[in-house]
Amino acid sequence: MTFPSGMPRPYEDGGGANLADILERVLDKGVVIAGDIRINLLDIELLTIKLRLVVASVERAKEMGIDWWEQDPALSSRARRSELGQENEELRRRIAELEDRREERP
Amino acid sequence: MTEDRPLDGDTLFYVYTVIEASATDALPDMPPPLGGGGLRLVSAGRHAAVVEAVDALHFEEEPLRGHLEDLEWLSAVARAHHGVVAAVGGATTTVPMRLATVCRGEEGVRRLLAGADERIAEALVRLAGAQEWGVKLYAGQPPEPPGGGTVGGGPAAGAGGGRDYLRRRLKDRDVREASRTRAARTARDLHRELSRHAAAAVLHPPQDRRLSRAEGLHVLNAAYLVPAAGREAFLDAVPPPDALDAGLRLEVTGPWVPYSFTAGADEEAGAAL
Repeated sequence: MTFPSGMPRPYEDGGGANLADILERVLDKGVVIAGDIRINLLDIELLTIKLRLVVASVERAKEMGIDWWEQDPALSSRARRSELGQENEELRRRIAELEDRREERP
Repeated sequence: MTEDRPLDGDTLFYVYTVIEASATDALPDMPPPLGGGGLRLVSAGRHAAVVEAVDALHFEEEPLRGHLEDLEWLSAVARAHHGVVAAVGGATTTVPMRLATVCRGEEGVRRLLAGADERIAEALVRLAGAQEWGVKLYAGQPPEPPGGGTVGGGPAAGAGGGRDYLRRRLKDRDVREASRTRAARTARDLHRELSRHAAAAVLHPPQDRRLSRAEGLHVLNAAYLVPAAGREAFLDAVPPPDALDAGLRLEVTGPWVPYSFTAGADEEAGAAL
């Protein structure tokens, strides 16, 4: 380990933390006191199983610089916009391709 | 923010974490982490909860259940939750709630605080001034035997080929088993040594590789509760990379708010390997 052990360090705020480490703590740990909105334990457990399959792709996306969820934790609207943007781009690219192909034909 | 919407008994509050009621300075100054009314404190007796008024469109029972299936939504909420807990934990001792703890109205938050009053008080005392460190040990695959696997030497083909092949397979298996045994022993020794420098220790299940994307077999996934005064000694007890057997890899994470130690000693399980 290379960090200076005597230095006080701020808490890991999630910016650099591995999502697996965060989920392990916020889903599985913490005091479990039932709120008024009932999400039963099974849901959360099922969820972690599903997460295991999908999170990897989220992390990969982050590596590629698609990190909207860090810019906007509230996320939904902006995330969708970004998704639409990508879809738009993809569609434009495909139209251009198709047009190119038509021009090539006699 | 909060002024824009009526905060009546039907307002939903997302509860991030709980602190001493007197620690009002610990309320972080940040934009609304969940896009709701922003962070505020709701107190009951000796404790206060860091909460945010959130949109019922997302956090009412039914939509919330739906969102739990939406993995991107969930990842973002997990990071927001963790960001608040880390910020509060930087200022005072705090007891984090589990993700997606939602109460109906301030009354609901006060009910939650009152119902867990003893457990929260006990945890606040136990966790005061301490941080959590994560230590993970991974074992790589043992190196392939040289010469394309012909351990005994000589050509693999010919009359002795079948016997040689079997011998080779057995030897490979022994090497793999020895390597696994060594990794397990290192994990046990390391955990024992680090526990000596910690106020408490827990073992988490190994992480799924698809989730952590870490290379190798996850042989130790431990968390240690380390008092501030003991931090240096604890980190010094972590062996440097060159002190480990070849193929073993160590990863230290933290410091964390002591998530893994919020449940009292009687609720914890299996701190020994």
